[in-house]
Amino acid sequence: MAELKAGSRLKSAVCDTEVMVVMAPQGDVDITCGGAPMVELGAEVPPGQTLSDEAAEGTQIGKRYANEAADLELLCTKPGKGSFAAGGTALSVKGAKPLPSSD
Amino acid sequence: MNLMMLLEMASSGFGERVAVTSAGRSLSYAELLRASQQAKQAIQAAGVERVAMLDSSSLAVPIALFGSAWAGRPFAPLNYRLTADEVARLADQLAPALLISDAERADDLARLDGIEVVVRDQWIEATTASREAVIEPDWPMDPEDIAILLFTSGTTGAPKAAVLRHKHIVSYILGSVEFMGAAEQDAALMSVPPYHIAGMAAIASSVYAGRRIVQLPNFEAREWLSLAREEKVTNAFVVPTMLQRIIAELEKTLAPGETGDLGSVRAISYGGGKMPLPVIEKAMALFPTTDFTNAYGLTETSSTISVLTPDDHRAAAASDQPATRRRLVSVGRPLPSLEVQICDADGKPVAAGERGEICVRGEQVSGEYLGRGSLLSDDGWFATRDGGSLDDEGYLFVEGRIDDVIVRGGENLSPGEIEDVLLEHAAVADVAVVGVPDEQWGEGVAAAVVLKSGATAPAAALQQWVRDHLRSSRVPQRVEFWGELPYNETGKLLRRQVRAELAGD
Repeated sequence: MAELKAGSRLKSAVCDTEVMVVMAPQGDVDITCGGAPMVELGAEVPPGQTLSDEAAEGTQIGKRYANEAADLELLCTKPGKGSFAAGGTALSVKGAKPLPSSD
Repeated sequence: MNLMMLLEMASSGFGERVAVTSAGRSLSYAELLRASQQAKQAIQAAGVERVAMLDSSSLAVPIALFGSAWAGRPFAPLNYRLTADEVARLADQLAPALLISDAERADDLARLDGIEVVVRDQWIEATTASREAVIEPDWPMDPEDIAILLFTSGTTGAPKAAVLRHKHIVSYILGSVEFMGAAEQDAALMSVPPYHIAGMAAIASSVYAGRRIVQLPNFEAREWLSLAREEKVTNAFVVPTMLQRIIAELEKTLAPGETGDLGSVRAISYGGGKMPLPVIEKAMALFPTTDFTNAYGLTETSSTISVLTPDDHRAAAASDQPATRRRLVSVGRPLPSLEVQICDADGKPVAAGERGEICVRGEQVSGEYLGRGSLLSDDGWFATRDGGSLDDEGYLFVEGRIDDVIVRGGENLSPGEIEDVLLEHAAVADVAVVGVPDEQWGEGVAAAVVLKSGATAPAAALQQWVRDHLRSSRVPQRVEFWGELPYNETGKLLRRQVRAELAGD
């Protein structure tokens, strides 16, 4: 996959998952969902791919997923059956910060 | 990145929930999404560059906000209390624009160059009529696109339009609101006007949290209380004057020492101006089970940058440590998603406890005005022009606009500090302290005082009170008693007006 840009949207090639990139590191990153490389929203999905059993924990709408280095963050805008990885390492759900409603 | 993404997620996550209720009519998130698509088509068909609104709160506000975002056009809610001339000047900056207005003014506004007027009720009807369910999420995703233009209140000068881009608002929401964090029965009473940053931020954060918005177009305390009851409101945002009036209204029915009942209202957040200590103390005593949150922010920072949480309120009120107790007048701690520091006149950070200018840095900070470019420093800091300090645990104290500082004989005096002391006096209901020209000192301290009804206090007694609590340089050389102080409609004290009158004769 090419370089990621904050604000861009990706979709899973093997499930319904869609994300918005909240934060992206410099350089190329391989982002997968359900074991298959994610594609730009609106782009053609390469055929013949299936959801990998190793990456099928499901994604949750509204959750943010980040890597260990905390320089990559995805916001799940549509849920699906797959789960995310970057460069082969699974992304984890970022803890929500409990703030009182202020407006 | 586009505001529309927040509504799209809400619609797909909990589309059947009610998004907004206004004058008895409601729209679900799915309906608001459909209406926004209709709005987008209308905006595109009009071929305008911007969308403006000159009206109080109605269903038209969220529809126009999201419809503009969808069409990739800035949305500019204008102050409906402006004079015709003032509106004409703003319209000039916005043309070619679609302007949504109430019916009464529509004909006059339609004469403005480059302005196409739509009457609010027709706008609502036209955008909500279709049951067409095919949603094409084809909004532009450039995070640099302008989402909202807000003309700042101009208490310190001519109005200028703060530029809030999609990246600022979306970052603010992602950094401070949990998606679907609200329960299905939660409802937020919104009584600030749409042209106030809190009015815009409330729409975005309520949509993302899944919290129903209940609109109150023109604040009036009794109306606020009855709408809160009728609509089983759970949350509300108020400016300090509104809270004062709500308390006064409820107190009419209470015996001395009795606690009040806000019914379903569990949480009240306040901001938009300085909350006087006696008011928040009274509110907490009257409504011991209500969660109070103080939110501090600016238009240029996409709303809240610092919050004093309900736990902070209770800890401060219960403490016998002066440093902890003092936090009740603080604005709490900065949001985890941004940084705040206090800087001296050279822009260098100062130590905890020292005063200076409040500076903020983060994704939600715009610091930009239309036609004037960004005011951010090279490394991203926005100097707010608010004076303040941070204590050793990171609580932020705001002292007011730096431009309001009184320079008396080379000494910088903060009006807020003197006002706080005067407000503690038993006879004082409200007070404004300003600098007036003085031959000996350059500037002298003057105070306009509103006494509580039935209370009396000679000027000399108030001067002595300040002398007893602060240094003698802070004692107002001039004290006038007024029936009331001039505020704008969102509760901001009009200091220029006070200064002009106190300096006048």
